[in-house]
Amino acid sequence: MMIDYLPLLILFVVAAVFAAIAIIMPSLIGPKNPNKMKQEPIESGMIPFTDARQRFPVQYYMVAVLFILFDIEVVFMYPWAVLLNKLKVFGLIEMGFFLLILLIGYVYVWRKGAFEWD
Amino acid sequence: MNLPHIDFSVITPELIVIATALVVMLAEFVGAHATPSPTRSHRIALIALLGLVLAALAAVAGLGRAATDIQGMLVADDLGRYLELVVLLAAALGLLLAWDYLPQFTKMHSEYYALYLLAVVGMMFMGKSTELITLFVSLEILSVALYVLTGFHRGQLAAGEAALKYFLLGAFSSAFFIYGAALLYGDTGSTHLVDIAARASGGFLTLAGLALLLVGFGFKLAVVPFHMWTPDVYQGAPTPVTAFMSVGTKAAAFVALFRVLQAAGVSYATWSLVLALLATLTMTWGNLAALRQSSLKRMLAYSSIAHAGYMLIGVTAGMQLGLSAVLFYLFAYAFMNIGAFAVVSLLERPGYHATQDATIDAARGLFARKPLLAVVMAIFLLSLAGVPPLAGFFGKLYLFNAAVQSGWIWLAIVGMINSVVSAYYYLRVTVLMFMTEADETSFLRSPLSNATGLAIAVAMVGTLLLGIFAGPWLQQLGQAALAFAGS
Amino acid sequence: MIPTDYVLILAAVLFTIGAAGVLVRRNALIIFMCVEMMLNSVNLTLVALADLWGNLTGQVFAFVVMAVAAVEVAVGLAIIMAIVRHKDTSNIDEINLLKG
Repeated sequence: MMIDYLPLLILFVVAAVFAAIAIIMPSLIGPKNPNKMKQEPIESGMIPFTDARQRFPVQYYMVAVLFILFDIEVVFMYPWAVLLNKLKVFGLIEMGFFLLILLIGYVYVWRKGAFEWD
Repeated sequence: MNLPHIDFSVITPELIVIATALVVMLAEFVGAHATPSPTRSHRIALIALLGLVLAALAAVAGLGRAATDIQGMLVADDLGRYLELVVLLAAALGLLLAWDYLPQFTKMHSEYYALYLLAVVGMMFMGKSTELITLFVSLEILSVALYVLTGFHRGQLAAGEAALKYFLLGAFSSAFFIYGAALLYGDTGSTHLVDIAARASGGFLTLAGLALLLVGFGFKLAVVPFHMWTPDVYQGAPTPVTAFMSVGTKAAAFVALFRVLQAAGVSYATWSLVLALLATLTMTWGNLAALRQSSLKRMLAYSSIAHAGYMLIGVTAGMQLGLSAVLFYLFAYAFMNIGAFAVVSLLERPGYHATQDATIDAARGLFARKPLLAVVMAIFLLSLAGVPPLAGFFGKLYLFNAAVQSGWIWLAIVGMINSVVSAYYYLRVTVLMFMTEADETSFLRSPLSNATGLAIAVAMVGTLLLGIFAGPWLQQLGQAALAFAGS
Repeated sequence: MIPTDYVLILAAVLFTIGAAGVLVRRNALIIFMCVEMMLNSVNLTLVALADLWGNLTGQVFAFVVMAVAAVEVAVGLAIIMAIVRHKDTSNIDEINLLKG
C-alpha cells in the first residue's frame, strides 16, 4: 500500500535537493555586483515604471474574459484530435461546424470593437 | 469503430432556431448604420420571429410521428414536440412584447434577440433530453442567456441586482444539479436515463442523487423553498423577458422533471409524497405572499410561484394522469400569463424605475380610459384565478381531477382552497380597473403599438379557445402523454 | 492506488465547504468563487467515478462542466462589473433595491 507512494517520495526528495542546489550554489560561487535593477522583487531586466498596486484598465478585463471563452473551447478539440483518424471526413465536418459557430462569435466580437484597446 | 449515426431530423426545430440566432447576431453589421434605431430593431425582430414560426412549423410537422432519437441523448417524441410548441408560443408572444418595448431603453437589439433565441433553444433541448449531460448543458444554455437578458436594462441598478441574484442562485443550483447527476452516474455507471432506470440500486446514492437533482429543478421551477430569487428577478427584468421566462423555463423544467422521474429508480410512493408536500408549500406560500404586493410585476411573480405549485400537483399524480393535465396547463398558462404581462408592460412608464413602477395603482380606472384593454386584462386575471369557462379553469380542473383519480384527494382540496385565496388578489386588480376613477397614480403607455396589440389579441383568443375546446385539446395531449408513459 | 471512497469523501467535503461559503460570505465575487469550488468538487467526483466504472462518461461530463464554468465566469463577471460601476460595491447586503 504505502510502497505505491515511494516514487512520489523520491520525486519530492529530488525536487528538494535540486532546489537547494539552485539556491545555495550561486551564492557560493557566483559573482556578486548588485544594482537597483537586480534588487527588484521580480527581476526582469527592466526597472518598473510604477507601483504594481493600481487599477487595471477595464479593457484588460474584456480581453481576459474573451480569452477564457476562446481558450476553453480547445478542451473539446483534444478528444476530437485523438480520434480524428477514425472519425475521418465525418469528424472533419463536425469540427468545421464547431469552428464556424466559434468564428461567428469571433466576428461579432471583432466588429463590436472589443479588441480595440482605446 | 462505428461512426455515431446522427439523425438530424430529430432536432430540426432547434437547428432552425440556432441558425436564426446566429443570423440575428450578425444582422446588426449588415446595412448602413444610419438606419434609425427602431426600424433596425424591428427588422432584426422580424427575422427572429420568422425563425420561431419556421421552427414551430417543423415541430407541428413532426406531431404524431414515431419517436426517434440521437444516441439515446435527445429524443423527438410527441411530448417533446408539444413542449417545443409551448416554448415557441411563449417566445413569439414575448418577442412581440419586446418589439416596441426594447427600443425604449437600449440600442443593443442584435444581442437581445440572439440571446433570446438561444434561451429558446436551451428550453427546447431541455424538454427533449434523455441523458443527464445533455440535460445539464441545455439547462445552462437557457440559464446563462436568461441571466444576461434579466440584466439587459443596464442603466438600471435594479436590473443589475436582479441579474446578480438570478446568476448567483442559478449557478448555486446548477452545482447541486450536477452533483446529483454525478451521484446517479456513480450509482449506475451511465448518464442515460434509460440505463439509470434499469440499473439504479434504489439505495443511498440513488436517493441522494435524485434529491439533489430535485433541488436543481426546484430552483428553475421556483418551488418553495427554492423560490427566493423569483420575485426579485421577475420584477427587475424587462417585462417581455419576465413574461417569456415565467412560462418557457417552467415548461422546459416540468417536462424534463417528468422524464427524470420516469427513470428515477425510486418507487412512486417515495417521490410522490415529497412532491405533494412541495406542491402544498409552493401554492400556499406563493398565494399568501401575492396578497400583500403593491407592484403588479411582483404580484404576478408570486402568482407564478403559486402556479408552479398547481402544476406540481399534476406531477405528483404521475405519468398516466398528471402529464396531459400539466401539458394542458402549460399551454393555458402561456396564453393567460403572457397576456397579463403584456398589459402590465403598458402600465409601465418609459424609463421606468422597477422598484416604484407598474404598481397596482397604475391600473386605476383603466376601464374608463381604455374599456377594451380593461376587459381583456380582466379576462387574463380571471383565467389565472380559474374562473369558468376560461382556459385557466379547465387547466386547474384537469390537474385536480388527476390528483383525485390517483388518490391524492387532500392535495386537490388544498389546491382548491388556494385557488379561492388567489382569487382575492386577482379580483382586487380587476376591481381597481373597473370601480375606481383614474387619478394621478394611474398610467397607460400610449398609443398601443401594433405588435403589443397583436400579442394581447393572440393571448386573448388563446385563453378563450382553450376554454371552449378544452376537451378535444386535452385528448390530443393525452395521446402524447400516453405514448410517453408507455415507453 | 487511492481508494475511490477517499476521493469521493474529499469531493463531498469540498462541495460542502463551497455551499457553506455561498451561504455565509457577503461579497458577490467570493460567493461566485465558492460556487466554482462546488463545480470543481463535482468534477473531482466525476473523474473518480469514471475511474471506478472504467468508462469515459464521467470524464466527458467533467469537460462539459469545465466549459460551462468558463461561460458562467464570463457572464457572472460582466454582471458583477455592471453593478460595481453603478454602486461601487460588490457586497450583496448593500445591493437591496428589490424586496417585499
